[in-house]
Amino acid sequence: MTVRFKQFPGVSLSEEDFRQGKVLYQMDELKAEYAWDSGIAIGTYLAGLKRGVILGVRCSHCRKVVVPPRTVCEWCFRPMEEYVELPDTGTVNTFSLCYITWDMRRISEPEIPAVIHLDGTSELGPSSVIMGGILHKLGEVDPKEVHIGMRVQAVWKPAAERTGAITDILYFKPIR
Amino acid sequence: MSDRVAIVGVGWSGFRPKTPDLSYKELMYEAAVRAYADAGVDPRRDVDSFVTVAEDFIEGTSIFDEYVPDQLGAALKPVHTITGDGLHGLATGVMLIRSGIARVVVVEGHSKASNLLTPDTILAYAQDPVLNRPLRLNTHFVAGMEMHRYLYESGTTREQCAAVVVKNRRNALRNPLAAYGADLSLEEVLFGPPLAWPLGKRETAATTDGAIVMVLAAEEVARALRQDPIWIRGIGWCNDSPSLESREWGNLPYIQEAAQMAYQQAGLRDPWNEVDVAEIDDTYAYKELQTLEALGFCGYGEAGSLLESGAFDLDGELPVNPSGGSLGVGHMLDATGLMRTLEAVFQLRGEAGAHQVEGAEVALVQSWRGVPTTSGAVAILSN
Amino acid sequence: MRKVAVIGAGMTRFVRRALETPKELSWEAARMALESCELTMDDIDAVCFGTAPDAFDGVHMNGEYASDGAGGWRKPFMRSYVGGGTGVFVPIQGWYHVASGMFDVVLVVAEEKMSSYYPHAQAAFLTIFDHTTERPLGPNLLWIFALEMNRYMSTYGLKKEDIARVAVLHKRNAAAHPCALLGDANITVEDVLNSEVLAWPVQRLDVSPVSDGAVAIVLAAEHVAKRLTDKPVWIEGVGWHLDTAYWTNRDLVYPRYVEYAARMAYEMAGIKEPRKEIHIAEPYDPFDYKALHHLEGLQLAPRGRAIELYLDGTAERDGDLPICPSGGLLGVGNPIAAAGLMKIAELFWQLRGEAGERQVPGNPRRGVAQAWGDLMQVGTVVVMGR
Repeated sequence: MTVRFKQFPGVSLSEEDFRQGKVLYQMDELKAEYAWDSGIAIGTYLAGLKRGVILGVRCSHCRKVVVPPRTVCEWCFRPMEEYVELPDTGTVNTFSLCYITWDMRRISEPEIPAVIHLDGTSELGPSSVIMGGILHKLGEVDPKEVHIGMRVQAVWKPAAERTGAITDILYFKPIR
Repeated sequence: MSDRVAIVGVGWSGFRPKTPDLSYKELMYEAAVRAYADAGVDPRRDVDSFVTVAEDFIEGTSIFDEYVPDQLGAALKPVHTITGDGLHGLATGVMLIRSGIARVVVVEGHSKASNLLTPDTILAYAQDPVLNRPLRLNTHFVAGMEMHRYLYESGTTREQCAAVVVKNRRNALRNPLAAYGADLSLEEVLFGPPLAWPLGKRETAATTDGAIVMVLAAEEVARALRQDPIWIRGIGWCNDSPSLESREWGNLPYIQEAAQMAYQQAGLRDPWNEVDVAEIDDTYAYKELQTLEALGFCGYGEAGSLLESGAFDLDGELPVNPSGGSLGVGHMLDATGLMRTLEAVFQLRGEAGAHQVEGAEVALVQSWRGVPTTSGAVAILSN
Repeated sequence: MRKVAVIGAGMTRFVRRALETPKELSWEAARMALESCELTMDDIDAVCFGTAPDAFDGVHMNGEYASDGAGGWRKPFMRSYVGGGTGVFVPIQGWYHVASGMFDVVLVVAEEKMSSYYPHAQAAFLTIFDHTTERPLGPNLLWIFALEMNRYMSTYGLKKEDIARVAVLHKRNAAAHPCALLGDANITVEDVLNSEVLAWPVQRLDVSPVSDGAVAIVLAAEHVAKRLTDKPVWIEGVGWHLDTAYWTNRDLVYPRYVEYAARMAYEMAGIKEPRKEIHIAEPYDPFDYKALHHLEGLQLAPRGRAIELYLDGTAERDGDLPICPSGGLLGVGNPIAAAGLMKIAELFWQLRGEAGERQVPGNPRRGVAQAWGDLMQVGTVVVMGR
């Protein structure tokens, strides 16, 4: 059928078309505010972060330990009620050096997001596809030195500044 | 292989104006656990497909389907989301089973309306961004305009609309799941504050939080699971024009079409006599009357006086919204269709307690997605 | 199980910013699809619509808003979504509409207008991340792909210059697609390797950028399809799976959700050896490494070795298993939902021998299209055959 159609619809516009006023348009700004209830599992997690502790949760059925906590093990569909205090150290499972911010601004010093597999949680292995990894950023590190398998440790905000948020951990830095 | 699909399990949680102790995931989990216990199924083992209904802007998260599987027991299983009312989700479940690709399907919907700090602003984004939104009107104006045209064309009075509020909120007093039960007088409703005149604030359902999960099964599985499956005899849905400038304001042709689709599947010809109980749209009080007419229960403009004669009361000829409706239970956003289906299931199982309609065998459930849409669905259930 | 066929397809050009509104884009694609099988909206029993997150359009309940443009007036209309997987899910939605026996002819439309989000649609992706545990870190979509690409490359020791061959092949293929935004007959591996680093290891030419566009297809039940065309393309298998939202608890090296979705579709289609029985593959390729990742999930290559298909010529149009003869997302463009449906339309044209300059030789009879979406979570797979 593509052979039978000669013309395809769709008119392409350029920034110039807007600048020269060839196109009429309407601008609007979205303002939508939410106050999400954290609930039991994340509420407990955030309270832990405020204390300077990373909490994981354990499934009594499959015995996996994961972060962030949740009230149900998604694999067993059983309740997860056992909270586990974890060390704030871990291993870099994967990372990136990102030169663009979330709102598309170029930066010269990269942000370094990483999935950090925390010590004390389930590990990937021949009989486990689950690990206790969290998303965070790396800091106090030369981007060229970052590698998968690197050992890192959390750097926390001072206790008085913590509010019970994931940002109570400023970043993870290499353990030297 | 039969085409018949039944509801074999229902579960719910919340049904309170605020649920600060539970996140939406935990609300869903609680409803799911109840539904699976009611059905006697293990989601990891027995459920083939999961359907949820949700809208991103209501959740405050884009691609919201990302976050539904885990707490439903659906991780790494077939799951998809429909941006529709709970009845659209139910219809999808029916189609999945009738297609043969699934024998047991779970349908979920929830409302965390209490988490929306700017609900009116968010709703305003549903208006046409170029033609309507710049007028900066609160979206309820669409209901106000529709109510006005409906009263004008049908001869229905504002008093009759107010009477819907009185009936439903009084019904709600008998429903332990209802948050807004009240014993109001007609005057209290009529002389409440205006919202989008002639629509008053007291004629508009307030929101409530909650989650509802239902388990659907193909006939042979349904019969193996329980003695009293609730059959979905027919289900229809239809859209009209989203554009305010090109729609009919006094009528609901899309509800008529959805109803015809459902009646035809269910083999119903005479809804008034064949339906025992109805749970229908009362997001705004006038909607209940307008919808009853569109569903063919009575002629155009007749619903108001039938209401006043007591025909739609709990002990009337056709009890409408025995649960208390959205006005009495609380509006559950897109989970509303499932809330009405939940009530229908209770009625047909004989489990509706103080608001039981005696001998209910056939129930009609209908919903509308709210302003500014013209999207609605109708289902016929029987025991 | 009732048989369902694709009997018509249409699409708009994929452009960076279209003059047309979402309703107009939907209409153009739908009109073409109807014309291609000589039907009108009167013949359509129901409409299925797919479009990605409302945030891009800045319209709440975007499905309702765009419904009339997609033919949803006075029709049963529903919109489904599974993020980026929507483009290959919405035909599955159409399939179950017909397979259920409730409808005989269904119009399926996928539309995307990402350019409405100003200045750049990428920023809207912030809201796909968990509002409490992830959003405060300011993540962007590139992170998640870069994290996955790094994991995939590191685990198998893959090199960027090899992965770049995917972008090169797809963009060259796209030069023959009349609707393509990024077709380039002359692009080289050096071009890709020299492009700007966005989020290492992801570089600019590894990615398919946001665009506007729409695609539509018409599905019909067997008895209708046989009356209307002598070349129906049957939907032989459908599958979809959604993995857990806790993506940081998973190893990103392998897309299990694509594997399970593929198995679901292959089982329905009666396919036992996909690599032999599939003649054309259209895996989802928003990033070059993703095509490889997905080919492995689709069981078309052993883990870590999908790259060999590109290195030894198998993936070329005249190779043993042509991959993305359309040019894929890397070449044609990435208006999220429309991109996936574009692959379905491509298989439709290819299997009927109507793909013109892009035609895969040798009378291909079976193809698989796949899309991905969410937080590295969803696989949607459709097998089509003649």
